[in-house]
Amino acid sequence: MAEFTLPKNSRVEKGKTFKAPDGATNVRTFQVYRWDPDSANNPRIDSYEVDLDACGPMVLDALIKIKNEVDSTLTFRRSCREGVCGSCAMNVDGTNTLSCTKPIEDIKGAANVYPLPHLPVVKDLVPDLSIPYAQYAAIEPWLKTENPAPTGERLQSPEERKQLDGLWECILCFCCTTSCPSYWWNGERFLGPAVLLQSYRWIADSRDEHTGERLDALEDPFRLYRCHTIMNCTDTCPKSLNPAKAIGEIKKLMVERK
Amino acid sequence: MSSPAGSSFRTRLGRVRGLGSAKEGTAHWWGQRLSSLALVPLVLWFAISLVALAGAPHAVVVAWIRGTVTTVLLVVLIAAVFYHLALGLQVVVEDYVHTEWRKLAVVIAIKFASGLAALIGIFAVLRIAFGA
Repeated sequence: MAEFTLPKNSRVEKGKTFKAPDGATNVRTFQVYRWDPDSANNPRIDSYEVDLDACGPMVLDALIKIKNEVDSTLTFRRSCREGVCGSCAMNVDGTNTLSCTKPIEDIKGAANVYPLPHLPVVKDLVPDLSIPYAQYAAIEPWLKTENPAPTGERLQSPEERKQLDGLWECILCFCCTTSCPSYWWNGERFLGPAVLLQSYRWIADSRDEHTGERLDALEDPFRLYRCHTIMNCTDTCPKSLNPAKAIGEIKKLMVERK
Repeated sequence: MSSPAGSSFRTRLGRVRGLGSAKEGTAHWWGQRLSSLALVPLVLWFAISLVALAGAPHAVVVAWIRGTVTTVLLVVLIAAVFYHLALGLQVVVEDYVHTEWRKLAVVIAIKFASGLAALIGIFAVLRIAFGA
């Protein structure tokens, strides 16, 4: 059966508190999930009091400040700090998002910072994304044609190009996939919203000649039809994309070709 | 087939590709949509009829069931309800039951039980409709 409670050694305990420096007036507490694979301890929530007057505006700014100035053991992924790389995806204030584009001032009270839900944790805020990455590879995310490659560009009309808008912007941060209860319960067989949106990106591409084979590969009670239109994916997408709509379009094509 | 993470040397790509696509699922999904579409007017009609028949004597209800349109609609209603029930329950079981033999056993039980329940209901309606 699906597991609804955490195993004993995964229960989250109360951790340490790091006080703000004396004289700080604009203090915000960040309650951060910590887990160290090299110790036998349970995960814990450490509280860091951060002086927002000496910190950048985004949640990632606070995490970097904590790592630089308070606690260098805090572990998280980050790279571009402007919402195009997808590295710093995490659960902030109860919602999966990119910490680099999440303003601290949008959060009321203490800020809870957790890793993306329902993935194995590598350390602290770093989840193991190897299964979602393998699922992305499995949908063969590249242009596939029978015709030999042309000498110039592969042409598309402006209308055909428009079909890819709302799809190509996906940065594979997996905020949507890890917000989906269907993915939580059947993560190895259900492809999840991010990978299905990426699959539709190639299905919708007028230059691709393998549309039917792509649909064949998706036609499965688990790979595609575990989507029950819960819409968490669309709710949580930090790029304001609509994976639920992309999945709906795939289902429509499945009926159309019957 | 599947083994928990860490206990196998199978590659992740091998794991997620698994046994491949079942090449089905659309008929199941479409069947759910069509049966729910049919059930909207059928259930409304049935509920309104029941309210209208509330407190009516036995003979009046039997006469109602014997009406040609009523008989046909009742048979369609019962068939659609149990078809929709079987499809929906199967999805719930596939979502939450992760032991293969248990999942298979429950899905088979759902199919047999809802098929039997539908037959009993339809038989009852037809017996009233065509009985002496």
